[in-house]
Amino acid sequence: MKYELLSRHSLLNRVVALSLLAAVELLVHAADALTNTTLDPSSQTALSGDVIDLTISEQLFSLDGRTAPALTINGMIPGPVIRLKEGQQATLRVTNRLKERSSIHWHGLLLPPAVDGVPGVSFAGIEAGTTFTYQFPVRQSGTYWFHSHSGGQEMQGMYAPMIIDPIEPEPFQYERDYVVMLSDWSFESPETLLSNLKKQGGYYNFQKRAAGEFFADVKRIGLWPAIQNYLMWDQMRMDPTDFADVTGYTFTYLMNGLSPVGNWTGLFRHGDRVRLRLINAASMTFFDLRIPGLKMTVVQADGQNVQPVVVDELRMGVAETYDVIVEPVEDRAYTIFAETMDRSGYTRGTLVPRPGMSGEIPDRRTRPLRTMEDMGMSMEEGMDMGDMKDPHAHTTIPAMDPSGNTANVKGGDANQKSQHTEHGSGLQHRQDMPDIPAVDAGEPRRSKIPGAEPVKHGPDDHGPGNQMVAEFSQNRMGEPGRGLESSGRRVLLYTDLRSLAPYPDQREPEREIEIHLTGHMERYMWSFDGKKYSEAREPIHIRYGERVRLTFVNDTMMEHPLHLHGMWMHLENGTRAYLPRKHTVIVKPAERLSVAVTADAPGHWAFHCHLLLHMEAGMFRVVEVSEQ
Amino acid sequence: MNGTGASLRFSVSLFAMTLTLLSGEGMATTVIAGQSSSGSLKAPIASTEIEKVEDGKAAAGVFPPFASPGVWPPPVHDQAHRLFTLVDVLEYRPRIGGSQGNDDYRWDVEGWYGGDYNRLWFKSEGQRDTAFKADYDVDFQLLYGRFIQKYYDLQMGGRVETQSFKGSNVTRSLGVIGIEGLVPYNYEFESSLFIDQNGALSARLSFNKDMLLTQRLIVQTRFETNAAVQRVEKFSTGSGLNNLELGFRLRYEIRRGFAPYVGISLDRSFGETATLVREEGGNPSQIRFVAGVRMWF
Repeated sequence: MKYELLSRHSLLNRVVALSLLAAVELLVHAADALTNTTLDPSSQTALSGDVIDLTISEQLFSLDGRTAPALTINGMIPGPVIRLKEGQQATLRVTNRLKERSSIHWHGLLLPPAVDGVPGVSFAGIEAGTTFTYQFPVRQSGTYWFHSHSGGQEMQGMYAPMIIDPIEPEPFQYERDYVVMLSDWSFESPETLLSNLKKQGGYYNFQKRAAGEFFADVKRIGLWPAIQNYLMWDQMRMDPTDFADVTGYTFTYLMNGLSPVGNWTGLFRHGDRVRLRLINAASMTFFDLRIPGLKMTVVQADGQNVQPVVVDELRMGVAETYDVIVEPVEDRAYTIFAETMDRSGYTRGTLVPRPGMSGEIPDRRTRPLRTMEDMGMSMEEGMDMGDMKDPHAHTTIPAMDPSGNTANVKGGDANQKSQHTEHGSGLQHRQDMPDIPAVDAGEPRRSKIPGAEPVKHGPDDHGPGNQMVAEFSQNRMGEPGRGLESSGRRVLLYTDLRSLAPYPDQREPEREIEIHLTGHMERYMWSFDGKKYSEAREPIHIRYGERVRLTFVNDTMMEHPLHLHGMWMHLENGTRAYLPRKHTVIVKPAERLSVAVTADAPGHWAFHCHLLLHMEAGMFRVVEVSEQ
Repeated sequence: MNGTGASLRFSVSLFAMTLTLLSGEGMATTVIAGQSSSGSLKAPIASTEIEKVEDGKAAAGVFPPFASPGVWPPPVHDQAHRLFTLVDVLEYRPRIGGSQGNDDYRWDVEGWYGGDYNRLWFKSEGQRDTAFKADYDVDFQLLYGRFIQKYYDLQMGGRVETQSFKGSNVTRSLGVIGIEGLVPYNYEFESSLFIDQNGALSARLSFNKDMLLTQRLIVQTRFETNAAVQRVEKFSTGSGLNNLELGFRLRYEIRRGFAPYVGISLDRSFGETATLVREEGGNPSQIRFVAGVRMWF
């Protein structure tokens, strides 16, 4: 096989425009990136303009001394940053130089279905050797990304950031702007990963409970409770250590295409407000991201402005994006530390006042354990069955502050101002709207979250392809997530997210569609309502123009990042007029979570779990929006 | 099989094209076609038929046409077939000082080809110089398996068993029905009911369970028992409980699919079977040390 090795020169030739900042970035990284990798993954040069050309090709990718073929967009991993302007007409010409079919999907963008880029749903894919032209009006702004939607290509390197600058000025200020794109790289092929998991569900888990841990547990909680606990999990044929299907055993975790050794670095000057556009472009990995020594002010979620929230740590589901502003003041290196949810690995980068500095890597945490709550069993039942009372087994549900997050916002006074104005107008807006009666009388800013009370599972066990059901499902948006409960850090919660401005469509959903997330870890089967994509004969039908509630019930013991194409999911997190808009939502184990969708985009849209191998195993549906 | 699949797909594509031409709008919404089952994570190779349909794409309309998976490639390939082979036991059993018998070896292999629900299973067990009279005892099964219940595959098919004794072979074929799966408390479970060509019924039941000493150092406990309704003398099988076997194998997983092991195996024959074994000069109660390698791919 012959691989094209792209020279730095030809790479630069393709750059249509360079922002000043990006130019500085390029210089900073030119030296180390070239010695470190064949490609230059860390340059944040942006492509912009009315017509943008992208080329998909196979290239050699080097990582920490190993080299392997990868699939790249314009010869880079991640691919080039695309920078568009809200209101423009975008023309993206994608040439496929692979020997197989490919595609590009613009993740989170509202666009006509034919240019959504999902083979088999919106088009046939881009044939080998051909060019496909995507053309669409840019109707939104914020941080997004794009990736292949064909087989395992995304995991092999086909992902890149997309920034859309707004027409109106941003409601927050910053002096520096960096994309921080997290991803996972394996030298094994996606097919090998899936095949290994189909044959042994726990193939990549090297953090199972072994004898040593058992004796430690005996010491901590006593012989009989420990035996009971181990027997209970064995009895259920479940593994409480199952937090990631694919782990650091095979993955190297990347930040802007660089490994922890490569150490992506961003410069700041004293007093700079630095905007970090955090994108989880991993195929299979949830990251917990923090910057020790810095508070992060979340200003956007999935590209959409939110009322600022100050946090210490973020859990990023696959495909989610968050924009945060940090204000490093000390003359030192700050580590951006993204540890995987299962704690089997991490990636890191550094914010530095001067090039060549490297921050300290924080202590690694131990992997958490699943509890009875993750199984959807009631508390009492859990106790009876000998649930462990260690810190990990606890779930803290932080008290909700009815006045919102205003109290938490420190710094960024401009932010606060806009937040207050929006609050005011929003409330007025709300008074005109029909309401959920009774429940919110005493608490004007919060409405009841659907699924706030546990709901018992129906009689349907979703067939052989589903291992268990959550006997009781309940909303868990107020929980930080397993492994982050008792850290003492302020972790972003879904209930913290409030849209900056109310969305025009404030109708109460007129209809509810309940979708169960199902799967079988032993056989590595993943599905909705117990049916894989190929077994589901009908698409999920939504009437054009209706406001519909999608309720997701997670019957599995894993977190799933669900992604709906073409339309926003308005996360029903109790914020009334300010429901945050998301393209991807994490549904926790045994959680019941609802989103409202305004069906304003006729056509066929993909809806799937964004864990690539779950999708490929069948956790995928077509949503049809039509007039009937 | 591939040939049939391809020609089926081809005819479906032709059908879709015909419909497309008839409707004249690039719409082929009524085609319901089975998806390619040979899929892997590789994006499917395009065929010319598909391209022609795509040419007629009328995506600009308010309600764009939705092509069925038969016309466009499916968005995901959730029906891919895979081949799995587990060499659970492949071992050498040295002769124990003072006891009768020779060094011998043994294997126990099983695997499948197929998807999530339907699989073609194959199983083979064999050993040399068994506790019974035979020099060799080799057993092969070919079964159709259907994933029927959360953790269980129902298996049906045939088995051939051959034993050789002092140079002469005896062979019989048997029908098999069985259930294999994972029972509560994480025991791998396999049960089979056999009926041979003469109508003699027998059964086999096995359990095994892994216990992790470390992430890679694992003890496998194996339990197997055989029973028969009729006495089949040429296979040294008495009626009633034939034997019990209990083994412990300590393996080290260098990789998940490659683990050398050492262990001990206790095998005891009972009742009529024990008598037959004794008559043939065998030892109905054996303790053997074993060393081998467990593999899967």
